[in-house]
Amino acid sequence: MSEHEVTLTINGESVTHSVEARTLLVHFIREDLLLTGTHIGCDTTSCGACTVLIDGKPVKSCTVFAVQADGAEIETIESLAAGGQLHPLQEGFWEKHGLQCGYCTPGMIMSAKGFLAENPNPTEDEIRHGISGNLCRCTGYNKIVEAIQYAAEKLQADAGGE
Amino acid sequence: MIPAAFDYHSPKSLDEALSLLKQHGGDAKILAGGQSLIPAMRFRLAMPAILIDINRVDDLRYIEERGDHLAIGAMTREHAIEDSAVVRSSYSLLHDTAVVIADPLVRNQATVGGNIAHADPANDHPATMLAYNATAVVKGPNGERTIGIDDFFTGLFETAMADDEILTEIRIPKPPANSGGAYTKFERKVGDYAISAAAVQLRVDGDTVAEARIGLTNVSAVPMRAKGAEAELIGKTIGDAVIETAGKAAAAECDPSPDLRGSVDYKRDMTRVMVKRSIQQAVARAKGGQS
Repeated sequence: MSEHEVTLTINGESVTHSVEARTLLVHFIREDLLLTGTHIGCDTTSCGACTVLIDGKPVKSCTVFAVQADGAEIETIESLAAGGQLHPLQEGFWEKHGLQCGYCTPGMIMSAKGFLAENPNPTEDEIRHGISGNLCRCTGYNKIVEAIQYAAEKLQADAGGE
Repeated sequence: MIPAAFDYHSPKSLDEALSLLKQHGGDAKILAGGQSLIPAMRFRLAMPAILIDINRVDDLRYIEERGDHLAIGAMTREHAIEDSAVVRSSYSLLHDTAVVIADPLVRNQATVGGNIAHADPANDHPATMLAYNATAVVKGPNGERTIGIDDFFTGLFETAMADDEILTEIRIPKPPANSGGAYTKFERKVGDYAISAAAVQLRVDGDTVAEARIGLTNVSAVPMRAKGAEAELIGKTIGDAVIETAGKAAAAECDPSPDLRGSVDYKRDMTRVMVKRSIQQAVARAKGGQS
């Protein structure tokens, strides 16, 4: 068994922890850092409920070891509502009813955040491809796509207004 | 599900990784993108005693045209292949392949080298590299050597690499003028393995197929070329009947296993269809100057 000291930035805060090499990043985030917004869905790299951003890129945190994230910048769903103000993506999911049970939502939103950073003005088709690694069993996806379109427009308007 | 315990090493250079691999031999496993290995470890289908993580070896990430070939560092992520301008403009078959591997989240981590070195016939790059007649560059304690892709896949999850060697680069020959390629994949849903998929790379001379190589995905125990289908194309004038005959040849020579994705007959017939569609697209690209 090997233990490793890991220092990483999570939602803007630097943390140092000792982790066992086999600890998956999602378990480290939920159980050591107590950030339980990131969900575990399938445990088989299929569903995307555990999606977080590592250095800006959305990845499945059940398929990365915590020790691999040493030195990385991680963003989870908890980073989005700055000062109690909903992020445009969260607002979009609220306004457009982009969730029913809500289990996939944190992963869906983090995936969308990474995707919109690369493609701020996507077509509907591009959004559908962009979130194709995230499964939702309730909505049928249409409302999620509308929520992301809402967020894309709002983020564009906000960026233009500066 | 939690993997069995292991010792973890994160070398900063290829030489350091090679000396760790030599020291630990068959007990060690290389961790590339981890998108196949980590799931296998969670299920405890894989329980390596030692993991050598090569994600911090930065000089294995590049996509560059060098002389007569495209050189791709083994640790290049699929996402980077999708985004590469040279791949998009000159290597359509590779671009087609990269965009249908697993899903966008997996492609942010998964690497081309891992996809090939894992030697899973369900993976997409093996068929594509067979169609391209690519070359694998591997490094071991005695230095570097190259392995032609036709000799690379030796069995299910087995390659011609020795236990103390690491795949470092893939070289794809630059397609000559009037070449085209395409990858067509039939899958139940995004993220699943192919029911069947076909990689085609060919060159036309007017209306005649001058050269053709075809690789198939997930319809054999070892990644395979559809040599019978190639033979039905080469030297022939392109037309619907020739393309249909090639598709039928591929259906006959593949060797799928029945599973939850379908019966043997179904997979053979889908192979026929995938091969036909890839040939049609490859010919269209060859004639359109798109390679």
